[in-house]
Amino acid sequence: MLEVKDLVVAYGKVKAVKGISFSVEQGQVVSLLGTNGAGKTTTLRTISGLLRSESGEIWFEGERIDRTPAHKVVMKGLAHSPEGRKIFPRLTVEDNLRLGAFARKDTDGIARDLKRVYDLFEILYERRAQPAGTFSGGEQQMLAIGRAMMSRPRLLMLDEPSMGLSPIMMQRIMSTIRALQSEGVTILLVEQNAAAALKLSDRAYVLEVGQITLDGTGEQLLGDDRVKRAYLGED
Amino acid sequence: MTYYLDQLLNGLSLGSLYALIAVGYTVVYGIVQLINFAHGEIFMIGAFGALSTWIVLSWVTGGSTAWWNLPLMLVGGMIVAVLTAVLMERFAYRPLRNAPRLAPLITAIGISIFLQEFVRLFYGQIPGFPDAKAAIPFPQLEFFTGPAIDVGGLQVHRGNFFVMAALLICWIFLWWFVNRTATGRAMQAVSQDPDTSRLMGIDVDRIIVVAFAVGASLAAVAGLASGLRYGNIDFKMGFLAGLKAFTAAVLGGIGNINGAVVGGLTLGVVEAMATTLIPGQFGGPAWKDVWAFVLLILILVFRPQGLLGAKVVDRA
Repeated sequence: MLEVKDLVVAYGKVKAVKGISFSVEQGQVVSLLGTNGAGKTTTLRTISGLLRSESGEIWFEGERIDRTPAHKVVMKGLAHSPEGRKIFPRLTVEDNLRLGAFARKDTDGIARDLKRVYDLFEILYERRAQPAGTFSGGEQQMLAIGRAMMSRPRLLMLDEPSMGLSPIMMQRIMSTIRALQSEGVTILLVEQNAAAALKLSDRAYVLEVGQITLDGTGEQLLGDDRVKRAYLGED
Repeated sequence: MTYYLDQLLNGLSLGSLYALIAVGYTVVYGIVQLINFAHGEIFMIGAFGALSTWIVLSWVTGGSTAWWNLPLMLVGGMIVAVLTAVLMERFAYRPLRNAPRLAPLITAIGISIFLQEFVRLFYGQIPGFPDAKAAIPFPQLEFFTGPAIDVGGLQVHRGNFFVMAALLICWIFLWWFVNRTATGRAMQAVSQDPDTSRLMGIDVDRIIVVAFAVGASLAAVAGLASGLRYGNIDFKMGFLAGLKAFTAAVLGGIGNINGAVVGGLTLGVVEAMATTLIPGQFGGPAWKDVWAFVLLILILVFRPQGLLGAKVVDRA
């Protein structure tokens, strides 16, 4: 479904991603793991078109998208919920969600998806007329995921969805990801919390300073000594 | 008493003119953080567009000044102003989108001079059009100009009515556009976070063009109103009006549409009242510009965010 080949991304002279290749199959949850500065966020931002790659190719559903402007990538069915949530603070919850569906024209479908998001996150419905900037971190994260769902993506990229959340909130988010997967949405996940991410993942890649150093199924990596030591905090 | 009310009304109508122009500064600033100092010239071009429309119409109508000229002049002025603003964005500002801030600012000054000189030198060259090197009389349309209207003892100039009504209508329309349409919501989104807006499927370039076009439309309304109110227009009318409108936008809080309206009205009233109330050497019409810019300096020192500026609720 998504295929990244030899991707190189640079900020000026500094290469943040140094030739990585990976793929995401239909219906899977795939994780990118790694420390800060490993190039995970850069990779996602390049896939969604916010950054331009230096070389390499990105294919989505058989179409090359590495020169497609960001606003057109969304229309192809690839949504990106960015790091730090990035909700629109001075707009209401409902306006935020409607912006998620900006590229769509099917009024009925949008109304249905709005209801689906409200069913999933009741608090968003209760506070739909409030400015999103007044929300707590966890609520903003729900809004960010809901907003990304509003474009009805076939592939959803989530960057650090659990950042700064309480353990309970964290569980909510993880079970939401599972629910989305069961609805047929493919997910590419970047996560600090490696243990939680690996439990969900069909496949995972470990990035270190811009290169993929390890990959395997979620289960394989959970059992891998190097992963345990570096990312799961075990000896 | 009537005298002061009269002055207040004068101030409000002058302020409405400032407000209509100020919206253009504020909308563009809100989206691209650019002070488009050539916006005053868009106002001037709007006035010339309206005049040109009337001149062309007069070839058929023999110079009729009937009221129905007004909507046609308005549309003509808007088309010319919007076209100029959109071309300006496309060819002067867009290539500088990622340049240091000083570059577009200097470009704006260059465009400003270019547009003034263009109108000054070329307008009269077009067959049938008057020479633009001096002020040109603006057609005085029936109903919108003419004898003042008596409102409870107050003599109100018709041009004043027109400009205040125009501001009110534009303000309501703008509110609806920004808050109730998808494009308006997208404008708000881009002003808050351009990158994330792109992830929503918003074409940021298109939204920037829309912002310039909205500002130019309102400036064209102001250009027409100004012609009706003062009875003539000239190629340098945009300079001082643009500076005053910029002051109004800063006064109200740049980036805030309601702020531009409040700032414009406040500035107009302050100007009119300073002229009326300050006695002796520093009073009178000659000093009104001084007091207007004194107000700008005071605002920049004591409330740089403006009257309605930045009550920002950001991430919790």
